[in-house]
Amino acid sequence: MANKRLVTTTINGEVFEFLCRPQQSLLEILRDELRLTGAKEGCNNGNCGACTVLLNGAPVNSCLVLAVEVDGAELQTVEGIACSGELHPLQQCFLEGAALQCGICTPGFLVAAKALLDENPAATEQEIRFTLAGNLCRCTGYDKIVRAIQAAGAQMQTATP
Amino acid sequence: MVEKTEYKVIGTRPIRHDGADKVTGRAIYTDDFQLPGMLHGKIVRSPFPHARIKSIDTSAAEQYPGVFAVVTAADFPNLTDKIANLGEGAVNLVHLASNVLAHKKALYKGHAVAAVAANSSHVAEAAAALIKVEYEQLPSVTSIAEAMRDDAPLLHENLVTDSPLGENSDKPSNVATHLHFEKGDVAQGFAEADLIVEREFQTATVHQGYIEPHVSVALWNEDQRVKIWTATQGSFTCRQQTAELLQIPVSQVTVTPCEIGGGFGGKIAVYLEPVAAMLSRKSGRPVKLIMERDAIFEASGPTPGSSMRVKIGARQDGRLVAAEAWLAYDAGAFPGGVIGPGCMCVFSCYDLEHAVVDGYDVLNNKPKTQAYRAPGATQAAFACESVVDEIAETLKMDPIELRLLNAAKEGTRRVDGPVYPRIGQVETLQAAQASEHYNAPLDGQNRGRGIASGFWFNCGLKSSAAANVNDDGTVTLIEGSTDIGGTRASLAMQLAETLGITAEEVHPQVADTDSIGYTDVTGGSRVTFATGLATYEVGLDIQNQMCQRASVLWDCNPEDVQVSNGTYSCNGHSLSFKELAARLPETGDPVVGRASVSPDCSTNGFCTNIVDVEVDPETGKVTILRFTVVQDVGRAIHPSYVEGQMQGGAVQGIGWALNEEYFYDGSDCMKNASFLDYRMPTLFDVPMIDTIIVEVPNPDHPYGVRGVGEPPIVAPPAAVANAIRAAAGVRMTQLPMSPPVLWNAMQNQSRSVSD
Amino acid sequence: MIDFEYEAPTTLENATELLASHAGKTAILAGGTDILVQLREGHRSVDLVVDVKNIPDLNTLNWSSETGLTLGASVACSRIFADPDVQQAYPAIVDSAQIIGGWQIQSRASIGGNLCNASPAADTIPGLMVHQAQCVIHGSRGARTIPVQDMCTGPGLNALQDDELLVELRLPAPAAQSSSAYERFIPRNEMDIAVAGAASWVQLDESKTQIVAARIALGAVAPTPVAAQEAADWLVGKPAVEDSFAQAGELAKQVASPISDMRGTKQYRVHLASVLTKRTLQRAAERAAS
Repeated sequence: MANKRLVTTTINGEVFEFLCRPQQSLLEILRDELRLTGAKEGCNNGNCGACTVLLNGAPVNSCLVLAVEVDGAELQTVEGIACSGELHPLQQCFLEGAALQCGICTPGFLVAAKALLDENPAATEQEIRFTLAGNLCRCTGYDKIVRAIQAAGAQMQTATP
Repeated sequence: MVEKTEYKVIGTRPIRHDGADKVTGRAIYTDDFQLPGMLHGKIVRSPFPHARIKSIDTSAAEQYPGVFAVVTAADFPNLTDKIANLGEGAVNLVHLASNVLAHKKALYKGHAVAAVAANSSHVAEAAAALIKVEYEQLPSVTSIAEAMRDDAPLLHENLVTDSPLGENSDKPSNVATHLHFEKGDVAQGFAEADLIVEREFQTATVHQGYIEPHVSVALWNEDQRVKIWTATQGSFTCRQQTAELLQIPVSQVTVTPCEIGGGFGGKIAVYLEPVAAMLSRKSGRPVKLIMERDAIFEASGPTPGSSMRVKIGARQDGRLVAAEAWLAYDAGAFPGGVIGPGCMCVFSCYDLEHAVVDGYDVLNNKPKTQAYRAPGATQAAFACESVVDEIAETLKMDPIELRLLNAAKEGTRRVDGPVYPRIGQVETLQAAQASEHYNAPLDGQNRGRGIASGFWFNCGLKSSAAANVNDDGTVTLIEGSTDIGGTRASLAMQLAETLGITAEEVHPQVADTDSIGYTDVTGGSRVTFATGLATYEVGLDIQNQMCQRASVLWDCNPEDVQVSNGTYSCNGHSLSFKELAARLPETGDPVVGRASVSPDCSTNGFCTNIVDVEVDPETGKVTILRFTVVQDVGRAIHPSYVEGQMQGGAVQGIGWALNEEYFYDGSDCMKNASFLDYRMPTLFDVPMIDTIIVEVPNPDHPYGVRGVGEPPIVAPPAAVANAIRAAAGVRMTQLPMSPPVLWNAMQNQSRSVSD
Repeated sequence: MIDFEYEAPTTLENATELLASHAGKTAILAGGTDILVQLREGHRSVDLVVDVKNIPDLNTLNWSSETGLTLGASVACSRIFADPDVQQAYPAIVDSAQIIGGWQIQSRASIGGNLCNASPAADTIPGLMVHQAQCVIHGSRGARTIPVQDMCTGPGLNALQDDELLVELRLPAPAAQSSSAYERFIPRNEMDIAVAGAASWVQLDESKTQIVAARIALGAVAPTPVAAQEAADWLVGKPAVEDSFAQAGELAKQVASPISDMRGTKQYRVHLASVLTKRTLQRAAERAAS
């Protein structure tokens, strides 16, 4: 069995060190070692987006990233979206808009949607649908998710100075 | 029923009580849960669809470094043929045990055969590969038609058809059950018909597609108590199933339902819990088992594919005079599929004088089928609503008008016997007819509009609830219905309405099996109705106690204390609920409310869909342009979550209609056991889903609640098929109506037109 | 997941040494969106995963109107389709890079990896073919260059030796009045493997009404992506109108020799090949004219 490696990475602005074997995915380490269980395992092969995190600012399926690859990288997970005890507009809009039912896909959607809105808070319905096609939801039929993202985008636009 | 012109809480849209946890990633789903010293399990599964298990050699796995236990069916107690009532139907425990870990035969590819627990999931995987199973392959069958033949390979050599008509009862068969329902005299009915349409239909196996896998953690403690944390729609049924399979008293098993990532009927039967428990017993450590996505497809409980024939006769004026249905559904590897509800629902939207339904539960080498939101109804509605649409088209009658003319109403007797109480099919159809969508023009080539109706009973069953009044006027509500869609909020709202306080002042908790009274599954669209009813009665119980405490404070008779909108008054004294709560410590014992209910009724949900589609004639691809769900919900407690149920069911139905299916190859193995090739709709595949909530209050509930979760999945495939007919001129009779299938049908159509 | 060692070399020499020393039991890791799935499903047996993302030679993205595009093998799709020069000069590449899986996949998956994975249904290969891409390969015995259509030797098989890796793709600068397009057919609108795919490149004359040159490549309808030469040659001198494109589509489908599998029947795929050829020729011509 391969030896464990020491990996140093920054997650939500905080420096973490952990040991892992090369075979372990980033998702596995986040959840089982670091106890950041927000990212979820839905399929373990990149088809559902429930494990989405940001890797150097880009949304990725953490089930398809080896933990050893993130040495020196910056990660953002759902745990880093709320700021100083306040929910981010996206989180607030998801709650007000009832954009979740069982909630298992919600962390993945929030991470991906935040990345989208940070780039383009005026994203249209079609842009939202196209960009987030990698996040599956089985409960909501997506309607309220799209509306919540649009509402959050509108808020983020008016909030920017 | 509580008649109120204006509710204070019901009908509003408060933020759900578990909201902050769910949007911050803090909510604990079963795979988020860990115990010290926890081991990871891995299940070994049959690569063959049908095989005798000759031997299992676990020695190499047992010696692998890091492995702590290995189990097979041999580690479990022998069960005799015992039928247990698990809340949504009877289950044969020997079959359940055999499905959890195969006994003498593997009956489908993916059937669990053995399990390993080790100190990491990777070690467990490596060790599992060392378990040597010797199989003797047997001929297999996955098609319904072939499984029904006299010479078909038999799954259970001793199983004979259970038939009410007493036929074929001696020869072993893959037909586990033959159901028969009859009303009136169909021969006479058809004789009166001016038009008879008869069609055959096929639908493929589909899966509920919950994003969260099956996952369980079990701890068999040194005191012989078994603790289970699991993703389940019913912690009490999970407890009972697990206790039965382990042959230990239920009081020794505690099931804690963690937050659950979707179920839709697929997380009621146990798969992992007993195995995890046995691994824990043998290893002396807690054990977590999680199903991989391909195992979920191959070895949990998809819902049946079907082979159907429906024949309906109509008079020239549109009145339907007779109907006949022949329905054969997959049971999968063990009997007890959902053919029953399919038969009961097939003609349930109509008032028919003459009808006959025959249904068959067919065994084949597929995983044992389970419920998928309105089990069995979607398949049947696809057949019936397509035939009704064809009748409307032939008679040149508006499809909603035709359905209104024949609509099931209060007093209509269904073919399987029950007479409807006050129901809302007519109101739902009228709302659809008056809707902006139905009256909007649909321009453009290759576009068409279709409608269809669907029904689901929604059941009652048993629920318990309890609540504690806190000094600050808030109330803690304890209930046992696992929350798969936001029900804890709707229950809190019902209690708040009853007590005259705000939804935010009620704090709901979903409790484990030790902490609340028996509660049946979260399924059957029953929670807002039945657990809601229990919650309402808890509210009344608390109110009575509060009145009694007020009477102590005011030195009057409890019967003289009036309560209105949460204000208690008597003889000029008056206190709000909150004020009275603050005074409780001086009046006696803590105020604790309790109630348990077992309403024996259906709440009868009717749902009509309107859908506009565009078909690409060059590829057969269907685009959903617009979709409206019109549903009688009785009373919408939290309209946002009611809309969410309607929208979610609609999109599942769209997937079922267009692209979802189990592909089987020539060797009867599933080819597409992943989200890549099992094609569920993404955000980019559907438009916004419009909803129209119709409220025909249910007289059996104080707030008029009817179940809402299941009716939305029934009509979509039929509605889409009817829209495709309008758009492309082809009548589709199989699901899914995937692009190659539709394209082929369009080619055949134009070929036969030009011939 | 199987057990393996992991190395992340920073030079080509280091990389080829590692590949050579493990004699065929290695996997090259760029984006990982195919390879990690394959390793997890037990389709490949490897001792060592060589992560090539830290080698500067594989991360280049350079364009000049004289020499064209140099695209490092591990550059992620999301970087490729966002590049304004690539958008302008190689639209077919952008079309394909934008639809490989969702955003999460595109943030990691590379065109180099998509090529080397050699799926018959790979989305980026038809576009690379019509743009006449060259593959620069490095091994222990030095560098070599092969045309992109020689890279895929069979389903899931590429022309690399055990000690070799793909370093970069070179695409010549496109001619004036030319453009390209890629389109695939999938049952949903995203997230599916192509049932059939087509890339077309068209060059128009000065009046922008006549075709002077064309190239067509089809995906998912043969063991490897395949060029439709006869159809492309037939288009020379034809007017850039729908009828020409439709006829070219009928010719193009003759090179299709697909299998029937759960993603599509043979007959359906052949039909789609003609439809997609027609549609991509149309789009390429519209882009060339604007």
